[in-house]
Amino acid sequence: MKRILIIFAHPAVQKSRLNRKMLNAVRGLEWVTVNELYENYPDFYIEIIKEQQLLMLHDIIVWHHPFYWYSAPALMKEWFDLVLQHGFAYGEKGRALEGKDAISVLTTGGQKEAYSKDGRNRYTVNQFLVPVRQSAALCRMNYLPPFVVHGSYTISEDEAGQYAEQYKNLIIGLRDEKYSKNDFLGVEYANELTKKHV
Amino acid sequence: MYNQDFFFQALIYLGAAVISVPLAKKMGLGSVLGYLLAGVIIGPFIFGLVGKEADEVMHFAEFGVVLMLFVIGLELQPSLLWKMRKSIFGLGGLQVLITTIVIGAVAVMFGLQLNIAIAFGLVLSLSSTAIVIQTLTEKGLLRNTAGRSAFAVLLFQDMAVIPILAILPVLATWGGQVNLAESDLNKITGFASMPGWAQLLLIIGVIASIIFIGRVIARHVFRLIAETGLHEIFTALALLLVIGIALAMDAIGLSPALGTFIAGVVLAENEYRHELESTIEPFKGLLLGLFFISVGASINFHLFIEQPFRILGYVLLLIFLKFIVLLVLGRIFKLRKGYEFLFAFLLAQSSEFSFVLISFSTQNQLFDTHTAGILLLVVTLSMTISPLLLIFNDKAVRPILSRRQNKQDFDEFDEINPVIIAGFGRFGLVLGRFLLANDIKITIIDNNPANVEILRKYGFKLYYGDVTRPQVLEKAGIGKAKMLILSMAEYDEALKVAKYVRKNYPGLQILARAKDIFHVFEFYKLHVKTVQREMFNSATELGVKALVQLGFTKHEAYRAGRTFKHHEEFVTEELYKTWKEDEGELIREAQRFSKQISETLLTERNYSIHSTDDSWDADSARKESIESSSLNKKKGNTLN
Repeated sequence: MKRILIIFAHPAVQKSRLNRKMLNAVRGLEWVTVNELYENYPDFYIEIIKEQQLLMLHDIIVWHHPFYWYSAPALMKEWFDLVLQHGFAYGEKGRALEGKDAISVLTTGGQKEAYSKDGRNRYTVNQFLVPVRQSAALCRMNYLPPFVVHGSYTISEDEAGQYAEQYKNLIIGLRDEKYSKNDFLGVEYANELTKKHV
Repeated sequence: MYNQDFFFQALIYLGAAVISVPLAKKMGLGSVLGYLLAGVIIGPFIFGLVGKEADEVMHFAEFGVVLMLFVIGLELQPSLLWKMRKSIFGLGGLQVLITTIVIGAVAVMFGLQLNIAIAFGLVLSLSSTAIVIQTLTEKGLLRNTAGRSAFAVLLFQDMAVIPILAILPVLATWGGQVNLAESDLNKITGFASMPGWAQLLLIIGVIASIIFIGRVIARHVFRLIAETGLHEIFTALALLLVIGIALAMDAIGLSPALGTFIAGVVLAENEYRHELESTIEPFKGLLLGLFFISVGASINFHLFIEQPFRILGYVLLLIFLKFIVLLVLGRIFKLRKGYEFLFAFLLAQSSEFSFVLISFSTQNQLFDTHTAGILLLVVTLSMTISPLLLIFNDKAVRPILSRRQNKQDFDEFDEINPVIIAGFGRFGLVLGRFLLANDIKITIIDNNPANVEILRKYGFKLYYGDVTRPQVLEKAGIGKAKMLILSMAEYDEALKVAKYVRKNYPGLQILARAKDIFHVFEFYKLHVKTVQREMFNSATELGVKALVQLGFTKHEAYRAGRTFKHHEEFVTEELYKTWKEDEGELIREAQRFSKQISETLLTERNYSIHSTDDSWDADSARKESIESSSLNKKKGNTLN
C-alpha cells in the first residue's frame, strides 16, 4: 500500500463538472488525501510547513489541475514556488521527496489531435510538461506519464463519468502497487494503464 | 490662614462628590442622583456640614449650566440646528404654552388668583437643562430621537426665560400689587429703563457681535494664543470668552446660557473647536456637579416635615401634569414605540431657571415668601426625583410597553429569506451591501427606527424590530432560514440572541460581529465559531498601507498583513484556551486583559513577517551554487 496525496488546483471548480466528477471519484478513498489548494488557500497564503509535512507523509504525489496556458493555474505555481524549498525538496540537503512517485492529472479543452506537431498547439502534452518533469527530477522523484482528459469543453456526462472511473482505477492501482516500473515504459498517457485493468 | 474656610468647604464638596458619585453609578443610578444625594447628606438636615452658603454656591455653580450649553453648542453645527427648528419652536413652544395653561388651571382650582396661577404655570413649565442634558450625555442618548426632541424643548425654554421675565412683572401689576423690582444687573446698566426699540436694537447688536466675533475674529485670536504654546493662557482665553458672553447677555436681560450656546454654535466650525471643548469640559463637569450638590443641600427639609404629604402630593401632581402634556405632545410630534415615554419622563421635572424666576417673582411681590418657599421645595424635589423617573421608565414602563405592544412593536415581514441580518448600522450596512451585490436574499432587521427610515429611503428593504425578542425572529422566518448574521453593535444582546438561537434552532448557522477578543471568546463558548472582530481587519489593512508608504513593496506589505492575520487566528485560539481556564479562577477582567495583551505581544516578538517567505529568498540556493561551482573549478584544475 502506498499513501497518495492529490494536490488539486482549480480556481473555479464550481464551473467544471468534469473535474468535480473526477475529484469526487477519488475523494474518500482509503490511504488517499485530497488537498484542494484553492479551497484551503483562497488568499494564496500557503501554509508552507503544513504542506511540506503533508508531502513527507505520502509516497505518491498527484498534481491534479486543468491545463491553463500549457501549464497549471496560478496557485499551483505558487505552491511549487513556496513549498518546494531549497534544502527541503532540492539542493545538497534537500532530500525530503527523494524516491517518491509524482504524476500529473490534467484536463484540457483541446482534443488530443490539437496537441501534436501538426495540431493547433504544435507540441504534445508531454513536451509541455518538460518543466514539471525536470522539477520532479531535481527533487529526485520519479515522474510518471500523465493522466490526461482531452476535450473537456464538449465532453458528455457519460464520458466524464467514464474518465472519473478511470481516474479512480488509476489511483487505486497506484495505491495497491498494481503497476510495475516496466508498465510505464513507452506509455504516453497513464490512461492506457487503467484501460488494461478495467 | 485666610482661606481656610474656603478650603474646608471645598474639601467637603469634593469629598462628598468623590464618595457618592461612583457609588451611585455602581448602583446604576447615574451621576446626577449621586451629586444630589451627596448634597442632601452634607446639607443642613443630615450632617449640616454646609449651611447657608449653599445658596451662594448654587448661584456660582449655575455657571456650570452656562458652560454646558457652550460645549453643546460646540458640538452642534448650525445646519443641524436649522434642521431642528420645527421641534424647537413647534414642540418647545407648545410645551411651554400648554404646560403653563394646564398648571395654571389646576392652580386656579386650588383657589389661587388667576395672575398668580399663570405665574405658577410659567415658572414650573420649564425643565432642568442641567439634569436632562447631563443624563442624556451620560446615557449616550443625545443622538437618540427622544433625546433630540428633549434637547429642542430645552433650547426653546432657554429662550422663553426672557419673555417670561418680562411677563412676570406685568402679572404682578395686574393683580393690583404694584411695586416693580428689577434685577440688579439691569438696574446697573439701566437697560430696563430704555425704550423698547432701543432694547431690541441692543439685543440684536449684542447677538450680532457674538456671531461676528465667533466667525471672524476668534480664529485669529485663538491662533495667536495657541502659537504662544502656553496652555493655561488658552484656558484663560476660553473662560474669558464664555464669562464675557455670559455677562453681556445678562446685562441685556437675556439668558447667559442661551448666549454661550449661540457662541458655541458659531464656533462649532472653528478649527480650535476640540481644543476649546477639552479646555472647558472639566470646568463644566465640576461646576455642574457642584450645582447638583448645592441643589441637594438646599432642600428645605424643615418645611417638608411640616406637611410632608402635601408637599409630596404637589411634587407628584407637578410631575404628573408635566408628564401628561409631554406625552401627548410627543405623540403628536410622531414619537412612537416608547420614545414618547422616554421624552416625557426626561422633561417631567422643573428647572434651575425656576429658582431664578421664583426669586424674581418674590421680588415683584407676586409670591409671598411662604408660597415661594413651598414652590422652591417642590421644584427641588421634582429635580431630585427626576433621575428616578428614568430608572422607572427603564425598569417598569419599557418592558410593559414592549410586552403589550407585541403585535405592533415590529414590522410585519412579507418575505422569508435564507439569511437574516440582525443590526444594520455601520457594520451591517457594508455586510448587507456585499451580500446583496452577490444576489443573496437577505432579511434585515434593525432596532433603530430612525435608521430604518433613512435606509429605506435609499431603497434598502429592512424591518424594524428587536431581535432579542423571540417573536421577531420567528416572524422573520428563522425557522426556515439557513443563516443568522449578528452584526449588531450591542454586546450582550448579540450574545443573548446567539444563545437563544443555538438552543432553539441548532441547525442554523450563526455568524457574528465581535467587539473585542473577549466577545469572540463568549461566542466561542456558545459554539459560534465564525466571528469577526469589528476593528481587526480594517486596522491591519491600514497598517499594510502604512508599510507601503514606508517603503515596503506592495506585495511584501500585503503578505505581512496576511501573515499577521494568520498569526492572530492562531493566537486567538491559544488565548481562548487560557481564557477558559482563567474563567474558573475568576480573575478580574482588567487583570486578565493585561495578561492576554502581554502574552500576545510575546508571540509577536518571536515571529518575523518574512519567515514564511523564505522560499523566495535565494540566499541558501545561491550559497550552495557558489560552493559547488568553486568545487568544480578545483576539479577542473586538477584534471588539467
